[in-house]
Amino acid sequence: MMKKKHFERRHLVELLMKTIMRIALIIVASSLGLILWTIISRGLPSLTWDMVTQIPKGGYYMGKEGGILNAIIGSIYLASGGTLIAIILSLPIALYLQAYAQDSKWGDYVRLSLDVLWGIPSIVYGAFGFALMIMLGMRASLLAGIIALALVELPIMTRAMDEVIRRMPKDLEHAALALGSTKFEVAVRVVTRQMLPGIITGVLLAFGRGIGDVASVLFTAGYTDRIPTSLMNPTASLPLAVFFQLGSPYPEVRERGYAAALILTIIVLFVSFASRWLASRLSKYSVK
Amino acid sequence: MNQTLSKISEDIKSHRTKQDLFASRTFFVLTVFPVLLIVIITVALYLRAQPILSEYALTDLLYGEIWKPNQGLFGFRPFILGTIWVTAVGVILSVPACILVSIYLAEYAHARTRTIAKPILDLLAAIPPVVYGVWGLLSIVPFVDDVLAPLSKGRLDSIPILSVTQPTGFGILAGGIVLAVMIAPLIISVTFEVLSTVSNDLRHASLGVGATQWQTIRNIVIPQTLPGIIAAVVLGASRALGETIAVLMVVGNVPKIPTSIFDTAYPLPALIANNYGEMMSIPLYDAALLGAALVLLVVILIFNILSTLVLQRMLRRK
Repeated sequence: MMKKKHFERRHLVELLMKTIMRIALIIVASSLGLILWTIISRGLPSLTWDMVTQIPKGGYYMGKEGGILNAIIGSIYLASGGTLIAIILSLPIALYLQAYAQDSKWGDYVRLSLDVLWGIPSIVYGAFGFALMIMLGMRASLLAGIIALALVELPIMTRAMDEVIRRMPKDLEHAALALGSTKFEVAVRVVTRQMLPGIITGVLLAFGRGIGDVASVLFTAGYTDRIPTSLMNPTASLPLAVFFQLGSPYPEVRERGYAAALILTIIVLFVSFASRWLASRLSKYSVK
Repeated sequence: MNQTLSKISEDIKSHRTKQDLFASRTFFVLTVFPVLLIVIITVALYLRAQPILSEYALTDLLYGEIWKPNQGLFGFRPFILGTIWVTAVGVILSVPACILVSIYLAEYAHARTRTIAKPILDLLAAIPPVVYGVWGLLSIVPFVDDVLAPLSKGRLDSIPILSVTQPTGFGILAGGIVLAVMIAPLIISVTFEVLSTVSNDLRHASLGVGATQWQTIRNIVIPQTLPGIIAAVVLGASRALGETIAVLMVVGNVPKIPTSIFDTAYPLPALIANNYGEMMSIPLYDAALLGAALVLLVVILIFNILSTLVLQRMLRRK
């Protein structure tokens, strides 16, 4: 009799824990829904065609005509530039970790530092960029913003690529080496092609992170109503456009801040879906 | 004829080996960059913070309670405590749910549930901080004001850390809720990875002697992976420590030492972000703010290095 009671109790616990876990999962999943619903329902009413096609006109920040094209273009410039620099550094580092430093102590150190860099908050990168700018006598500019974003994106991209390249089928690599290829040839001609879908996912992941980042560009890129024409111009960015407009005493301007947040969300979601789609599209060219 | 052919092939070969050697060296030099970057960032911030560190004792800066830069008073204590409060509330709200979700995904869920959950977590991680801030401003601040504060009033008010101290929804609780959602994807994905290092033989052995799944999890899986789970939580906490804009938008930004979760707070990252414009006009102000960034960096570096070392060791075991 005692035994039976014990038996029932632990099964009750099992059921209870399972239910609690399901509820936890539902809470986490529905928070995404809540966020998206809030942004869409508050952003959509004030989203107009003007917002995405015009730069701010006189009195825009008092609720008059204009748009935030300057911030959209600025963000695309900043994130593209940052991503480009990050690729130039990331791809060789990720290839080196797999091709030359497999299971080496140095590889461990590099991975450790990349993980640590990944954890450094973007406000610290921003402050670092600012400290460098004072030392070099530079002013807030597109270039400084691009460099700060490249630093933010570098560890994200490299670790993503590293994780992907690690999953490279060893047979393929060995086959190429057995035919007399050098490690470099294997890295460039076999690994990058076989792992292209994953590499692209890593690049787009970093781009998405870059375009939404505020704290690093706050100090380094500045803000302006014009679209930058040179690397030395200050540059507006979409996240900052959201932030500044929300701080406005004019309700119309705040409303447009919500719309700007919606635009940013759409861009980020688009990048996220595009990377998924591209990865599955391109994976059919890989050797299975 | 034969000789020239073999000479050509020798040339090609040596060209290719040279290319390989050159590439391996160039790539190696690039790998030095991330390692060096950590040092460079720390040194650069230290150099810029040097003026204030030589003017005041470190303990005066860290324990000082008054922040009046134009009178030369730089007390970081309210900001440090504000950071700790917001982070603690965020972590406490987030961790139980996150660990339960990871256990569910790793141990119970069907493959189909996992394929649905993964993109949801990816999207949560992809949403920019400023969008979290807008969400906090539009949903969480009113929620704290209209629902949570009245709930506490008259019932839990006697407990000091739950007493409603000010009439707006802005404050530590709102910041903590936003942070809890922001750090969830990170904690869940790392914990999930850690849980999947436990070998199925162990699970089967436990289930085979008649244990329920939850008993197996509690007695086998969790004890085995506890260091990794703690590392995941520490990673989440360090992410919360440095989160700037989303917290800044909902936390109130009043430099006062908080005593309740309904108090406003002014965390360090918000201090840095809010004052970058004027910091060049007051003496030592820029040094103080970059010093704040240095404090933040050092704490986060310690957290990150420890947890990454634990995780590197655990995840290798696979």
